[in-house]
Amino acid sequence: MASICFYFQVHQPYRVKDYRVFDIGNDSEYFNDDSDRSINNKKILNKVAGKCYLPANAVMLELLNKHPEFKISFSFSGVFLDQLQEFSPETLESFQKLVATGRVEVLEETYYHSLSFLYSPDEFRRQVKMHRDKIQELFGVTPTVFRNTELIYNNALAHEVEKMGYKGIIAEGADHVLGWRSPNFLYRPQGTENLKLLLKNYRLSDDIAFRFSSKDWADFPLTAPKFAEWANQVNGNGNLINLFMDYETFGEHQWEDTGIFNFLRHLPEEIYKHPDNDFVTPSEAIARYEPVSELDVHNYMSWADVERDLSAWLSNPMQHDAIQSVYNLEKDVIETHDEKLISDWRKLQTSDHFYYMCTKWFNDGDVHKYFNPYNTPYEAFIAYMNALQDLRLRVVGHPSYAKKIKVKELA
Amino acid sequence: MFGWEFPPHNSGGLGTACFGLTRALANRNIEVLFVLPKKVGVSASFMNILFADERRVKFHEIETTLKPYVTSEGYIRERDKIISDIYGNTLMQEVRRYALRARDIAKKEKFDVIHAHDWLSFLAGVEAKKISGKPLILHMHATEFDRTGGQGVNQEVYNIERAGMQFADGIIAVSNHTKQKIVEHYGIPAEKIEVVHNGIDECDYANIPDKLSELKRAGQKIVLFAGRITIQKGPEYFIRAAKRVLDVNPNVLFLVAGSGDMERQMMFEAASLGISDHVLFVGFLRGDDLNAAYRVADLFVMPSVSEPFGLTPLESIIAGAPVLISKQSGVSEVLTHALKADFWDTEDMANKILSVVSHRSLWQTLWGNSREEVKKVTWDAASKKCIDYYEKIMCDCGVGQDVRYI
Repeated sequence: MASICFYFQVHQPYRVKDYRVFDIGNDSEYFNDDSDRSINNKKILNKVAGKCYLPANAVMLELLNKHPEFKISFSFSGVFLDQLQEFSPETLESFQKLVATGRVEVLEETYYHSLSFLYSPDEFRRQVKMHRDKIQELFGVTPTVFRNTELIYNNALAHEVEKMGYKGIIAEGADHVLGWRSPNFLYRPQGTENLKLLLKNYRLSDDIAFRFSSKDWADFPLTAPKFAEWANQVNGNGNLINLFMDYETFGEHQWEDTGIFNFLRHLPEEIYKHPDNDFVTPSEAIARYEPVSELDVHNYMSWADVERDLSAWLSNPMQHDAIQSVYNLEKDVIETHDEKLISDWRKLQTSDHFYYMCTKWFNDGDVHKYFNPYNTPYEAFIAYMNALQDLRLRVVGHPSYAKKIKVKELA
Repeated sequence: MFGWEFPPHNSGGLGTACFGLTRALANRNIEVLFVLPKKVGVSASFMNILFADERRVKFHEIETTLKPYVTSEGYIRERDKIISDIYGNTLMQEVRRYALRARDIAKKEKFDVIHAHDWLSFLAGVEAKKISGKPLILHMHATEFDRTGGQGVNQEVYNIERAGMQFADGIIAVSNHTKQKIVEHYGIPAEKIEVVHNGIDECDYANIPDKLSELKRAGQKIVLFAGRITIQKGPEYFIRAAKRVLDVNPNVLFLVAGSGDMERQMMFEAASLGISDHVLFVGFLRGDDLNAAYRVADLFVMPSVSEPFGLTPLESIIAGAPVLISKQSGVSEVLTHALKADFWDTEDMANKILSVVSHRSLWQTLWGNSREEVKKVTWDAASKKCIDYYEKIMCDCGVGQDVRYI
């Protein structure tokens, strides 16, 4: 038996506009670019909704109606859902329709798609709670499986997530962690009792997400029968094929004219041609299979870049400086109890901001450049730090902050 | 190879470029006969220092008073006093005289390709081709449109550039930016133009003296402009950006290194903006002095209105300062790890300057990465492209393979 487990990541950050030093103290709207640039959040969301979310959801609904056993799962960031509510309610509705079928699982993550686990466990727990509430509010379900931002994972995270009551957690099936072992089984995170670990089969996932339209690839063109054949080969030496990818793969990263939607449309029927195969959601996989062994992941891993580590967000001095600066404000920001201020601060925690500052492969004009709405990583940093400086002034100028200083002086 | 200036008596980046390219060509076993107008102080012994063991480079000097930057009259009066002023003729007469002398050289010497740098030597190149029948390649380091910022283009100079390029067998442009200009303003077909970016050799920037470090003692941040103070280099945008920076952070000192016809105007501008105490005009610097200025700077700014290439940012990075460069520059094609702004957008420039002086992490990342990047921008790479291009042009012209004399 080989079960296909689809999980799609759906996230859009609040990109910081070209916020200049002269705006500090004068303008506290950091995310409202309204130009033609790709830092215009509304414009991007509507563009991606038109190219990906709406057509892909239509195909998914069609498949769910056609195949009573077809199943998928999503992880929505809270900031993505906020933007849907603000800019594209019809897209939100189409996702709600999918979840209402009962065969679409929703996963848990941090509301702000943040790296908070690395910097503040308290803030991490708060953001997970916020996400839980948001999913309940919009979809009427409560997630039982957790996935951390960009599949960042280590033992410590698994321990924390187990304590929070989740049954499963999702991570990258990175070679440097797995070694000879296969991602096609469940594992037990080192030091946990009840948590099960699902690992991404990155080869098969990336065949769809990255290589699908690559003409240099020996297996181009990828067809549904071909892919189903590969999946079937797992039969006998694995339980589960975890296909994890950005939902934007469909129509945004792989454009419609590559044939990606047709591929998707025909994949389930091809998979079902091998009677041993089916589709499961992460929580079903957890209920059905037992872990084959414990997996010890001491250092952080992620699903980003060839390194599969944290270097996409945290490898140069700018990135470290920026993220340290935002978490240094935590206590003072929280103590203002000012909702707008706290929300702006949290929007600045989204991992994408630090990704845009990455200079690792900037020379080669690769995927980082493709996904970077700023001209250079330096411009991303400059706008971010200017906005953060304004936020700091708002904190210091807040009445509650003045009161706190006074109390300190009295003491 | 026809040029007009050579270090140490160069007044700009052109002499540096000719030197860098010639040395790299020699290292790749190309024999170069370098013809240039004679200038006081260019001695054979200096050439021997430059090319200690290189017997592949010969120099041939012609007595003229050619000066490379003719559009900034005041600048030339101030700057080029080192050139012996023994001729009272006009510049155009000198260019023609240089061309006539080039015919004599072309008759006597043996060479395979003629390579002429910028318009002053173009007529010489054209004459040499007429006499010898050898292929002619013109190297465009700047067009008349760059030198004048597009205002007051000298028609005679333009005509020489255009006729020369039409007559030549091939053209080398120092950037796509320049290639574009040649296509647009001179009507030369794009396929006749090869882009060869300039390079820089790190060995020329070793042992930079620690000269200006006193300036930093008070904890001030230093932002540097270095270049001719002429319309092409955009000095007024630097001064205006300085004003905007100082509005926010008064702890920044702006250094203006260079001289030129707009120097006085820039001093007035700084004074009228009330920032004279934060803007130091340090005059024309060269060699170690200039390198020391780069090194003491926290940021080097090149706000050029139009810069065909722009070697100074590369020098600055090697010497120790990251750079903010105009998008209207050729060097921005080879430098990704640089801050970039439109030359006229002084708000954006000020924003970027302020960020560099406020965030050490930005400085570190920017400089560290650009330092690595500049290592790949060498004269050796440029010379290799030139040689490949020589081969192509000679092939097009039906010349056989042999030892190359340029």
